[in-house]
Amino acid sequence: MTSSASAIEARGLVRRFGDKVAVAGIDITVATGEIFGFLGPNGAGKSTTVRMLTTLLAPSDGTATVAGFNIDSEAADVRLRIGVALQEAALDPKQTGRELLDMQGRLYGLPKDVRLRRVDELLQLVNIGGSIDDRIATYSGGMKRRLDLAAALVHQPEVLFLDEPTTGLDPTSRAAVWEEVRYLNKQLGITIFLTTQYLEEADELADRVGIIARGRIVAEGTPDKLKRSIGADVIIAKVGAGDGARAAQVLSALPDLDSVEVSGDQLVIATAHGASAISPVAVTLANNSIKVSELTLRTPTLDDVFLHTTGSRMDAEDQEAVAV
Amino acid sequence: MNTRTDRIVPRHAGFWSDLSSVALRALRLASRDLEAIIPGMAVPLFFLIVNIGSLQSFVEGNLPPGFDFKGFQLPVSVIFAVTGISRAGSLVVDVQDGYFDRLLLTPVSRTTLLIGLMIADLAVVMVMIVPVLILGFIIGVGFETGILGMIVFILIGASWGIAFTGFPYAIALRTGNPTAVNNAFLLFFPFAFLTTAYVPKEQLTGWLSVAANFNPTTYLLEGMRTLILQGWDSTAILQAFLASAIVAAVSFTLAFTALRGRVRRK
Repeated sequence: MTSSASAIEARGLVRRFGDKVAVAGIDITVATGEIFGFLGPNGAGKSTTVRMLTTLLAPSDGTATVAGFNIDSEAADVRLRIGVALQEAALDPKQTGRELLDMQGRLYGLPKDVRLRRVDELLQLVNIGGSIDDRIATYSGGMKRRLDLAAALVHQPEVLFLDEPTTGLDPTSRAAVWEEVRYLNKQLGITIFLTTQYLEEADELADRVGIIARGRIVAEGTPDKLKRSIGADVIIAKVGAGDGARAAQVLSALPDLDSVEVSGDQLVIATAHGASAISPVAVTLANNSIKVSELTLRTPTLDDVFLHTTGSRMDAEDQEAVAV
Repeated sequence: MNTRTDRIVPRHAGFWSDLSSVALRALRLASRDLEAIIPGMAVPLFFLIVNIGSLQSFVEGNLPPGFDFKGFQLPVSVIFAVTGISRAGSLVVDVQDGYFDRLLLTPVSRTTLLIGLMIADLAVVMVMIVPVLILGFIIGVGFETGILGMIVFILIGASWGIAFTGFPYAIALRTGNPTAVNNAFLLFFPFAFLTTAYVPKEQLTGWLSVAANFNPTTYLLEGMRTLILQGWDSTAILQAFLASAIVAAVSFTLAFTALRGRVRRK
């Protein structure tokens, strides 16, 4: 065990599958008690990173500690201290919810009275009422997700890994999961490593965010700091097909614009003073015969950060090359 | 919402606790999986009736008077009943559903994930022998060695059933493919038919006689038949257990190698 105060510390973590590189050397530090949002598109390397940090996969290179224990040489100690809810709810449909939670407790060496107490406590979290004694095969998708989360919490882990916990959930269920994540962190003090492809989710929940693209962390910081890093305001201009590059070129001559990015038929213009910059932008584009169908002023989002650091929008990222 | 009262200290539960957890779950699920078990009970009963009906006169007519074909056939049906009975199909589902990963995320002893299933298999296999025995009694088969001989008979059958489980588990862990697991039963065909399944060893000729000499099932059947037809023959009984042990050594090596590959994290 190391003397690190960090809940998670990774240095140069690499994972290769044959000649494909899924994770290309990432450094992460997550403080105890923090919610760390790991944001990136499909295939960016989020789940592979989680599988390494949770001891399911050995790193090809680099080192990491979780709860103070090395994920490679002290994997058994790591497993005692983490809870994991993987991307797909990992449940046994032929058991009942109660049987599954009790089995989890047994595998963590909890005595019978503690297991009974924990199942009762977790029933409040799971919130599936009398269905706890029904076979899991009969549960809805949202119930399975909540049971999966409860299974990850039976032994009161120090660090909880949630791999895309709201993917595929309806907005109501998603909001419920967000509430649970906040509760687990604020009230119970559990450190949470949360992967997501939803910008809003990272923005809402995470104390700090790491943005991963093509197996590398391209930006890291608090959501506010990351958004401020590209300017106070963002002007979005929707231009005609093929006009993007020319529009960016003519706008580059304007003062007070921090950056101009082209994403498809959109220009994303970062500036410290959006209100005063929007008129010159409109006039310059009109004077150069560039037709603008929409012009919007708003504050930056994490998607703008992603665009700024990678050159493409998250939903446009096709990262099949490194997907596993 | 409140998910924590007193602080819990998780710990390694230990080998035996893990083993009982995995085995109890497997037994519970086996009891909920009767649709997979009942056909396995019906097939050997069917073959016992059909084989006796079609071959009894022919075989007994070509052998010295007093040869009991019913007692001779009963061990064959028992072997058919217990071979291929395993939770390997359920293991594949666990792999596909991600539940196997959930188990790997806990501090559970990895070897218990397989041994626990085999313990459940042992219980199921012993249950599978009972209806075959009952049918045998109904059609007039008796044990020269009495109740104790019947118990040894069940143990030999169970030892074979467990010895064979290593093959489907190896396939399940290696491939994660349910169809491949179902086809594991095909491995039993050379064991089942290149032997003394229908006629005594001295009636076999040519290459089949040679093949039967190298087939562990031959010694297994011999040991079981001795208990029914002749009486206590320690050599035949030991050879029957030894035959199971040899098959177990091969199949378990394959299964635990496959388990190691599955949990290796590579």
